[in-house]
Amino acid sequence: MGRRRLKLIFGPSLVKEPVIYQLGRNFEIVTNIRRADVAKDHGWVLLEVSGEPEELDRGVAFLESKGVKVEPAEGDLVE
Amino acid sequence: MPKVIGLRCRECGAEYELQATHVCEMCFGPLDAVYDQAVMRKLVKRERIEDGPKSMWRYRDLLPVEDSVNIVTLGEGFTPLVKADRLGAELGLRNLYLKNDSMNPTNSFKDRVVSVAISWARAQGFETIACASTGNLANAVAAYAARAGLECFVFIPVDLEPAKVASISVFDPNIVAVRGNYDDVNRLCSQLLESTPWAFCNINIRPFYAEGSKTLTFETAEQLGWRLPDEIIIPIASGCQFVRHRQAARELVEYGLVRSDRVPAFTGAQALGCAPVYNAFVSGEERVLPVKPDTIARSIAIGNPSDGIYVNRIARETGGVVEAVTEEEIVDSMRLLARTEGIFTETAGGVTIGVLAKLARAGRWRGDETVVAYVTGHGLKTADVLATANGHAKRVEIEPTMKSFRQKVNI
Repeated sequence: MGRRRLKLIFGPSLVKEPVIYQLGRNFEIVTNIRRADVAKDHGWVLLEVSGEPEELDRGVAFLESKGVKVEPAEGDLVE
Repeated sequence: MPKVIGLRCRECGAEYELQATHVCEMCFGPLDAVYDQAVMRKLVKRERIEDGPKSMWRYRDLLPVEDSVNIVTLGEGFTPLVKADRLGAELGLRNLYLKNDSMNPTNSFKDRVVSVAISWARAQGFETIACASTGNLANAVAAYAARAGLECFVFIPVDLEPAKVASISVFDPNIVAVRGNYDDVNRLCSQLLESTPWAFCNINIRPFYAEGSKTLTFETAEQLGWRLPDEIIIPIASGCQFVRHRQAARELVEYGLVRSDRVPAFTGAQALGCAPVYNAFVSGEERVLPVKPDTIARSIAIGNPSDGIYVNRIARETGGVVEAVTEEEIVDSMRLLARTEGIFTETAGGVTIGVLAKLARAGRWRGDETVVAYVTGHGLKTADVLATANGHAKRVEIEPTMKSFRQKVNI
C-alpha cells in the first residue's frame, strides 16, 4: 500500500464535477479530504489517497485526463 | 536544556515531536520548528553573538542545532552589506544597501539553509543527504555533503544545463537525472520520502533547513548597527525564505537585539515569466494560482510556491508590496548593478534589483529611507543570458597599432 498527499486544483469547468467520488469508485483508492477551498469558478482540495502505487498512478492520470491539475500537497519542492 | 522542542503546524497549530517531517498529518499545512521561549530569552544575547565566529554561525543560539560539534560549515554567511551610493544616486535613494550573498562558499544564499539542514541531519544520525534541485541548491548540498563526508543524492531534470551539472558533479554526489520536467522530479521525490531513510534538505527536513534563512536578516540588522531597515526587497521562489525573514525580524525585536520594535516593510520580487505570488497580490486574492514558469530567472522559477499565500499576508501586514519585472528588465538590472556597484549577480538578483529600480522610479520612497536589497546569487551562474542579450555598447575592435587605437578609442 502507498499513500500520497495531493493538491487538486480545479478550473471553472470542473468545480461541479464529482471527480473525487469518481476516483474512489473507478479505482481501488481510498480518498480522504484534509482541507479545501472551493469558489464558484475555481478551487483546490488537499487530498490523501491510499492504495497500491500503480493504482495511485492510474488514479492521478485519470484526474489529469479530466483536466484537474495534480500537485504534491506541499507545492513545488524543486529549488 | 534543548532550544528546539518540537514542530508546529502553521495552519492548524497541531504539535509534533522533533522529527524529520514537514507536513501536518492533520491538515497538510507546513510545519515550523518551535523554540522554548524561556530558554531562548536566557540564551540569546548581543554579546554572545558579537563574540561568535565571522560566519552565520555567530547566530547559532537562534538556529535549531543544539551542539556546535555537529555544525557543518564552509564559512558561510556574514557576507558584505554594501552601502550602494552610486546605484542609490541613480534611483534617488540616499540609504540604499545591498546584502551581497553571492559571496557565500558556493556563491548563493543556499549555503545558509544547507549548512543548517546538514548540521541538523548529522546530529540526528542521518547518513544520506538528498535534494531536488535545478541548480543552486544542488550545488550547495553536494558541497556541504562532501565537507561532512555524508552520502549525497541530487535529483535533477535530465535537461539541466551542462555548466550547472558540472558545478554540482565536481563534489562527486550521486546525480539522478530524471527523464521528465520539474514537476516529474517534484512528484518522484515526494514519493521517495516514504521509502528512503534520507534527509531531503528541501523536503522532509525543510522546517530546519528554512531556519538558516533567518541569518541573512540577523546579519543585516547587526551590520546596520543593530537596527532594522525601513524596507527589505527579497526575491520570491517558494516564498520560504521570505517567511523566515519576517520571523527573524520578530525574533530580533522579541529578544531585544535591536533598539526599536518597528518591523521593516517586506517586499517581494518575481519575474513576470513566473509570477504566481505577484498575480495574487495585485488581484487582491488570497489564493495563489499555479503558473507554468517561463523565465530566464530559473533559480526562482517556482510555479506553485509552497509559501506564496504567506508571502502576500506578510507583505500586506508590513506595508510591503510584491512587484514583478520583465525578462528585459532582469538583464538591464544585472547590468545596472554591475555598472554602478561592481557586483555581478545572477538573474534572480536581476529580478530583485529590477523590482527595486521599478519601485524607486515609481516614487515609492522619499529618498531618506533605509532600503536593503538581498542579492542572493553570483552572476557567473547565469552568465549565458548576457551573451545572448544586447551586446556591450562600449566594445571596440582595433588593430595592434597606436594609430588604430587613436582612431577608434575616444580618450
